[in-house]
Amino acid sequence: MAGTHTHALFVHGDSELHRLPASTKLGALGLFVLAVVLTPREAIGAFGIHAGLVLLGAWIAGLKPLFMARRMLIEIPFVLFAVFLPFVGRGERLELMGLSLSIEGLWGGWNIVAKATLGLAASVVLTATTTVPDILSGLDRLRVPRLITSIAGFMVRYLDVIAGEMHRMRVAMLSRGHDPRWIWQLKAYTASAGALFIRSYERGERVYYAMTARGFTGRVPTFDVKARPKDWARALSVPAIAWCAAGWAVVAG
Amino acid sequence: MSIPALEVVGLSYHYPDGTEVLRDAGFHIHPGERVALLGPNGAGKTTLVFHLNGIFRPERGTVTVAGLPVENANIMEIRRRVGIVFQDPDDQLFMPTVRQDVAFGPANYGVEGDELHARVSDALSAVGMLDVADRPPHHLSLGQRRRVAVATVLAMQPEIVVLDEPSSNLDPASRRELATILTSLDITILMVTHDLPYALELCPRSLVMNEGRIIADGDTRAILADRDLMKANRLELPLGFDPNYGR
Repeated sequence: MAGTHTHALFVHGDSELHRLPASTKLGALGLFVLAVVLTPREAIGAFGIHAGLVLLGAWIAGLKPLFMARRMLIEIPFVLFAVFLPFVGRGERLELMGLSLSIEGLWGGWNIVAKATLGLAASVVLTATTTVPDILSGLDRLRVPRLITSIAGFMVRYLDVIAGEMHRMRVAMLSRGHDPRWIWQLKAYTASAGALFIRSYERGERVYYAMTARGFTGRVPTFDVKARPKDWARALSVPAIAWCAAGWAVVAG
Repeated sequence: MSIPALEVVGLSYHYPDGTEVLRDAGFHIHPGERVALLGPNGAGKTTLVFHLNGIFRPERGTVTVAGLPVENANIMEIRRRVGIVFQDPDDQLFMPTVRQDVAFGPANYGVEGDELHARVSDALSAVGMLDVADRPPHHLSLGQRRRVAVATVLAMQPEIVVLDEPSSNLDPASRRELATILTSLDITILMVTHDLPYALELCPRSLVMNEGRIIADGDTRAILADRDLMKANRLELPLGFDPNYGR
C-alpha cells in the first residue's frame, strides 16, 4: 500500500540542479518569481529572458519538454478566466478574425497567463529536482518557523497512512453490502469520517508517546545540508539575471 | 552481582476509571539478558512498558534503570537508557526520511555533525537497512519499517531495548530476519510478545504476566512446557508445537 505521492513530483537524476542544496533553490525560486511578478506586462523581451532562464533550468535538470507540458496542465483551471478578459474588457477594441477584443483585456490576460506560467514552470523545475523532505529542511534552513515545517512534514508522512485507513474503511463498508450510490447513504460516509478523525487523533497520541520516548521536548531537530557560498552564488545567478531584465524593462519602459 | 539493567519493584497502577492494571509487579533484568514478557491481552504488559521510561508514573513502587530511578529529575537520561520499539512502526517512524528518523533520538540529546552521522550509519548497518537511509519510511515494507524502528532506538545507545510485539503481522521470512538481527545485537532486551515460539527462539528467560502481576519468572522452555501454568494464564502454543523438541 506504500504510496508514491511523496516522490510523485520528483524526477530522479544527478544534475547540477539536483545537487544544489534545497535552501538555495528555494531562495532562487522566490526571488525569480518576485522578479517575474514585478516585470511590466509590456516588456515582452524581459519575459523572453525569464522564459529562457526557466528553459535553461529544465534543460540542465534533464527534464523533457513533454514532461514539463504535462506538469503545466494543472495551470489550466487557474488561468481559464484570463482567457475571458479580452472579451469582457473595456476601452479601445480591436477586430481580430471577426471577434471584438478589448486591448486592455488582451494585456490583462497576457499578464496573468505569462506570469502564472513562468512561476509554475520554475516551481515544476524545483519540485522535479528536489524531494519533499529536502524542500522541508531547506525551508527550515531559510528560517521558516519550525512549527510550520513540522506540521507540513507530519502531513507528508501520514497522508499515506491515513489514506490507507480510509481505504480499508471503505472496503469494509463495501464488503458488508454498502452501495454508496444514493444520497441517503451519505450517513455512512459522515460516520466513517468521524471514525477516521478519532483514529487519526489516537495515532497522534501514540506518535507523541513515541517521540517522547526518544527524548522529544518540544523542538524537532533539523538535519539539512548547509549551503556553501558557492552554491548560493550558482543558484542566485538565475534570479539575478531575471532582476536585471525586469529592472531594465522598468527603466527603459 | 552487577547492577540490574532494569529493576521493577512493587509496581502498582490503575486507570482513572479505577481498573487496576498493575498490582505489585516486580522483576529485574541483568545486562546482556534477553527476556520475554508473556501474558494474555489485558494483562497489563503495555502499561508496564509505558512505566519503564516514565511515560506513565507509578502510584506505588519503583522502576530503576541501570541504577537510576525513574523520576522527573532524570527523565531525559532514563529515556535515553530505555529504548522502546512500539508495535506499529507507523507510530514510531514520523520523520520524512529514514535517516532523519534514526537521527531524531540522538539529536534530541545534542549529538550532531559527524558523530550523529556515525551513530545513524552504525544503527542502520546493525539492522541491515543502511541502503534505505534516504527513503521515506512509508515506502518500505512492514518488515523493513520494523527493522528501522529498532535502529531508531539503537542510535540512542540504550541500556535496554524494549520491543512491543516485534513479530506481529510480519511474514515468516521477515520474522526470521528480525530474529537474526536481534540475536546478533550485543544488547539487553525485554520483548513483549504473544508469539511463544519466537520467545523460545530469542529469549532464554521469560516472565509471565496476568492481571497486573508477574506470575512466573524463569527458563522459557520450562515455562512453555508447564501446561497448568500456561492454561491458567491463557497462554497457548501453536498446534503441534513442542517446546522440548530437539532437546
